[in-house]
Amino acid sequence: MKQTSEVVVEVRNLDLSYDDYVVMRNLNFKILKGDVFIIMGGSGCGKSTLLKSLIGLRAPAGGEVFYGEKNFWREDEPGQKDLMRRFGVLYQGGALWSSLTLGENVALSLELYSNLSASQIRDVVELKLALVGLSGYAQFYPSEISGGMRKRAGLARAIALDPDIIFFDEPSAGLDPVNARMLDDLILQLRDTLGATFVVVTHELASIFAIGNNSVFLDANSKTIIAEGNPKDLLANSKDPHVIEFLTRGQKQGVRQ
Amino acid sequence: MPSEKINFDYSIPKTLQINLTGTWLMSSGIPAVSEISSQLSSRGDVTRIIFDTSKISKWDSGLVSFLFGLSKECQQKNIKIDRKGLPQGVCKLLDLTEKLAERIKPQENREEPFLQRIGGKVLQLKESVLSLLGFLGEIAVPLNSLIAGKAYFRLDDFTLILQRCGADALGLVSLISVLVGVILAFIGAIQLQIFGAQIYIADIVGIAMVRVMGAVMTGIIMSGRTGASFAAELGIMQTNEEIDALKTFGVNPVEFLVVPRILALVVMLPLLTLYADFMGILGGYVISTGVLGINPVEYLNHTQSAVKLSNLWIGLIHSFVFGIIIAISGCLRGMNCERSANGVGEATTSAVVTSITSIVIATAIITFVCQVLGV
Repeated sequence: MKQTSEVVVEVRNLDLSYDDYVVMRNLNFKILKGDVFIIMGGSGCGKSTLLKSLIGLRAPAGGEVFYGEKNFWREDEPGQKDLMRRFGVLYQGGALWSSLTLGENVALSLELYSNLSASQIRDVVELKLALVGLSGYAQFYPSEISGGMRKRAGLARAIALDPDIIFFDEPSAGLDPVNARMLDDLILQLRDTLGATFVVVTHELASIFAIGNNSVFLDANSKTIIAEGNPKDLLANSKDPHVIEFLTRGQKQGVRQ
Repeated sequence: MPSEKINFDYSIPKTLQINLTGTWLMSSGIPAVSEISSQLSSRGDVTRIIFDTSKISKWDSGLVSFLFGLSKECQQKNIKIDRKGLPQGVCKLLDLTEKLAERIKPQENREEPFLQRIGGKVLQLKESVLSLLGFLGEIAVPLNSLIAGKAYFRLDDFTLILQRCGADALGLVSLISVLVGVILAFIGAIQLQIFGAQIYIADIVGIAMVRVMGAVMTGIIMSGRTGASFAAELGIMQTNEEIDALKTFGVNPVEFLVVPRILALVVMLPLLTLYADFMGILGGYVISTGVLGINPVEYLNHTQSAVKLSNLWIGLIHSFVFGIIIAISGCLRGMNCERSANGVGEATTSAVVTSITSIVIATAIITFVCQVLGV
């Protein structure tokens, strides 16, 4: 999948805060169609808070999030819901609905937003589960499968409606290296086959370099973006000590002090 | 002092040489830093401390923590510590403590003045009233669309909840209600025996169970059982981001999770109450006929004439109100749960406390209203 210059998400002057406590200020970036866009930064710097503002769970303190031409936080509720239908989200722990089977988890959005018949929905569900390697698991409950499988099932649910944008919150957190790699591969394959745009919040270096083609680096001290671009380029060219320290796992201290 | 030893040597001017010998293990006790502190105070001219630790045979964190305490003390007194004489491992550990100390920001003082705390509590109360009203509003909208047939409603889920807060509670409700009937019969017997009017036990048990006790006991059982489980379930869903996931799919979590629970309890609580009434009367009957020697037919006749239909309605109104109270407090606490294990615990406790308190208050109000209306 080649990247085009079509902007899918644009963040303008975004400020994030918890009550009076400012988490991030003045964030500006664009995500292009077909990107695997990484939002990275140290623990607790506000990556997940930014994600919540992007997916409509938490209103920002200021600034705008545009999906295409539409300003998400200025839309009314039905308008926001329409936009939300265009994206899928994979949460950190999978966040599968525990009272529903994997099949029902994937089927829910199809039941709500498509005109498919029950048997067609069953077929689509089986396909989506097969895409993440969980063929035949439709009747299982989330508590009956492993953490890695839960994440993959979460991904199947996120791609149920063939969304334009798929958000990932720490996809490799809590996974062993093999499963983490499998998920990375899956992201790339889905990007190539579905043509979707991926936004990944993570601090896993291996994933960042393996899948990311564009990124922003959030810094907790200056509370804003201190670097952006392809992670590999950042590693090679960045002069910022925090970025270098992060991308080299602290092995290079940059020019601090 | 156990096996570790400290010696002080002042042979170099303005310098204190501390000679440490023997074993410095946590298990054998650590000397207090204050011992050296008093030495330093008595000799005001010391500006530097050096160590000789060549005679230490064994050490662990005991030695490090002693030296850590000492270096903090010396920092305050502006005395330089020369670590040259310390074992290499100790130096590295002390370096590490300083390296990390740079990065931790000092915590703010969180102690609030008394009046501010009171003000905070009042504002909290206002917040919780507003959140309750907001929640009622959130429930009203999907209920409305449910009546109009537009809401998303999973019948499978609903029947499962019905079963869990109805049929599954029958055992507990039977046990408690029979025992309440038994207790009422015994208490009645003590007084009524004096007048030879034991037969009126039937009236007491019948009216008390049907009018109030059946509903109240069922309400309290269901608060602890179902109200708590609603709060815990929704709380854990909140913690696991399942509720966030619903929102991003454009599903209203109140419509999907709360409305079926409220409906289920509102349907099941009156039914359970009817069952509890029957079991209570049965308990009274068994004790009165079996232990107190009252004629079974007479007992049943008395019950029939004493318990009027109005009593039954009042009991059912109680249970309907309790159903709403239990479901709303359980769901509200669960939905507003903090995202931690502790938060789920607090949500559950507060759901039970809120619903039992509200049940007692509601009972008092309904009883008062019935009294005024003469029902």
